[in-house]
Amino acid sequence: MSEHNEIDRVSGRSTTGHDWDGIKELNTPLPRWWVLTFYATIVWAIGYWVVYPAWPLVSGYTTGLFQYSTRASVATDLADLEKLRGEKMAVLGNASLADIEKDPALLALARARGKTVFADNCAPCHGSGGAGAKGYPNLNDDDWLWGGSLDQIMQTIQFGARSGHAKTHEGQMLAFGRDGVLKKDEIVTVANYVRSLSGLSTAPKFDAAAGKKLFTENCTSCHGDNGKGNPELGAPNLTDQIWLYGSDEGALVETITNGRAGVMPAWVGRLDPVTVKALAVYVHSLGGGK
Amino acid sequence: MNKPVPPAELMTDEDGPLYAPRKKVYPQSVSGRFRSIKWRLMAVCLGVYYLLPFVRWHRGLGAPDQAVLIDFPNRRFYFFFIELWPQEIYYFTGLLVLAAFALFLMNALGGRIWCGYLCPQTVWTDLFYAVERLVEGDRRAQMKADAGPMTVNRAGRRALKHAIWLMIAWWTGGAWVLYFADAPTLVRDLATFQAPAIAYVWIAMLTASTYLLAGYVREQVCVYMCPWPRIQAALTDEWALNVTYKYDRGEPRCSVKKAFDIRSLGEKAGDCIDCNQCVAVCPTGIDIRDGAQLGCIQCGLCIDACDAVMTKVSRKAGLIGYDNDINVQRRVAGKQEIFKPVRARTVVYASLITVVCAVMLYALMSRTLLDVNVLHDRNPIAVRLSDGAIRNGYTLRFLNKRGFDRVIAIDVDGPAEAKLHVIGSDSVTPDRPMIVLARDTTTELRVLVTTPFDEKAEKSVPVTFRVTDIGLGEVASATDHFVLP
Repeated sequence: MSEHNEIDRVSGRSTTGHDWDGIKELNTPLPRWWVLTFYATIVWAIGYWVVYPAWPLVSGYTTGLFQYSTRASVATDLADLEKLRGEKMAVLGNASLADIEKDPALLALARARGKTVFADNCAPCHGSGGAGAKGYPNLNDDDWLWGGSLDQIMQTIQFGARSGHAKTHEGQMLAFGRDGVLKKDEIVTVANYVRSLSGLSTAPKFDAAAGKKLFTENCTSCHGDNGKGNPELGAPNLTDQIWLYGSDEGALVETITNGRAGVMPAWVGRLDPVTVKALAVYVHSLGGGK
Repeated sequence: MNKPVPPAELMTDEDGPLYAPRKKVYPQSVSGRFRSIKWRLMAVCLGVYYLLPFVRWHRGLGAPDQAVLIDFPNRRFYFFFIELWPQEIYYFTGLLVLAAFALFLMNALGGRIWCGYLCPQTVWTDLFYAVERLVEGDRRAQMKADAGPMTVNRAGRRALKHAIWLMIAWWTGGAWVLYFADAPTLVRDLATFQAPAIAYVWIAMLTASTYLLAGYVREQVCVYMCPWPRIQAALTDEWALNVTYKYDRGEPRCSVKKAFDIRSLGEKAGDCIDCNQCVAVCPTGIDIRDGAQLGCIQCGLCIDACDAVMTKVSRKAGLIGYDNDINVQRRVAGKQEIFKPVRARTVVYASLITVVCAVMLYALMSRTLLDVNVLHDRNPIAVRLSDGAIRNGYTLRFLNKRGFDRVIAIDVDGPAEAKLHVIGSDSVTPDRPMIVLARDTTTELRVLVTTPFDEKAEKSVPVTFRVTDIGLGEVASATDHFVLP
């Protein structure tokens, strides 16, 4: 080191003695503010270990002087949020479903609340816009298995369908083929008859009279004499243009052979009553309500 | 540690230090034409800045009565008779364009007028200099004090100066926040510590920045930080008036006595007596006699200083003045001085300013007070109903910019046999739903348009929502598409 006391002419600094192709390195110490900041961060880190949870232990972690926990802080924030919303949500809770739809301010509030809850809970099956999918009803149209009035929608959201809840909607499409009630060719005939109910084309050699007879014997108890369905039983209207599981012959044969029993969970214990109410209003306002 | 100085024996004439520390500028007080213009402009600028929030402007019940107010919580901007909504932010773009062209025009006519007279940095630094001179004395007194030891008297004066600076800085920050809330109420809240924390934060930040920039950084803002001198240098031309030392008249510099001797021999002596007054008064510490330079903010104080000296030594004033190089050349060649304020560049700038002004004025005068926007449902984009009809959902957003509630009717044009249904509307006229728009708000509605299914119909047809104010007859419309599944 003692050899390296060469002084650079321009800067007046000593060099380190390192020399690469004639380029010499100046001995420039770190700026004092930088060094001090560095030491300060070390002191800060030590303080941090003591004050906040920092060190993982074998069966836990150091909790720190403040007993700080992100989970507790989230819980506090959520409680604050509920408190903030409390007053408005209470108004929503006290108003009847019909009143909410009539009051633009309440409607906007319920729709806003309903929209976020829908996205969190309903969108996985019904789609983000409630458009549904095969087997999952479209909530934007006017065809409702269990009824599309505000009260009926609320009922369905609360208790679901075939959810196991005591008040849930029950109703089974029987497995006519699997259970041996109808033979294969009979099922095809009924399927074609059902298609004809909503004005769809039928197979060329289809016997309409036989279809009608089979339908009257097996289907009218649930779907009604003219196939208009029954919301009490969740029996779909077979004369309209909306088909939850598809309307082609194959899909209908499958439905009649094995039956259908889609499940909608009950939300009554998972969502608070005001939220369910907001959700009902939101779903109704998608346009599908009756 | 951080200020290495090369040993003297290692320095040669060519080697300067790579970094020159700042030399403190002690501008001397001066009086004269440009100084008084500067005082007056400072009074106007600061007066407007400090007092504008207290100007009232009656807008009717429920609306704020502050003439200039940026109301962030309610998303409104009030400027006297103008009330702007967030979606009209393009007016600010217009204002910025206008400001840029005004700057260009000023520059083409008289150089850095902005820098010398109107720039906040100049105005506040000038104010801080005035305070400094008042408390610590003029240039000589300050330089002498700084060179000497710290005395009780000097420390006291310094403390007083900083106290006054901080008060000015504090009130500067305080005035800023008044533009964002009702000024008298906010002043009361601030005094009683009831104001929102953000107000105190902003006051603290702007107090600090004013104090630091006007008290300490000063001319270094113009020389090192500000981009305008660089841009300005690219925009200026040979006709722009700049503060200029008329070297054709001033050189060679010589004392009064020497000049008398030279002239008595019938030879030419310069008018400049090298008294350095122009340097002493300069707030950026430059020597104007070195020619046009980046550090010059063209405030004209050197003109005042030089004119005073020229008058004293019985020579013609105006050795330094607003002039340009063309005139220097013309005088050398024995021609008449000419000034050309009207030329292609200035005409273009002035016309652009006029055009932007006209467009903005037209836009402002013809802005609608009833508006509607439409957003088509994306998911699902179309719905098939049980009877085969097709329905599209839309979200309509209405803007009622008037200060009173109004009843509007909604009509739909476009798809054949289209039926309109407004969610939540209990209208007695089902074919023409009506709703009430609350004053000065936006209202969002979900509407459904249904048409019978027609195989031959086009996949997508335009649909127009027309909104009519039942009382005033004002109409607004928005167009989107009706789509088949």
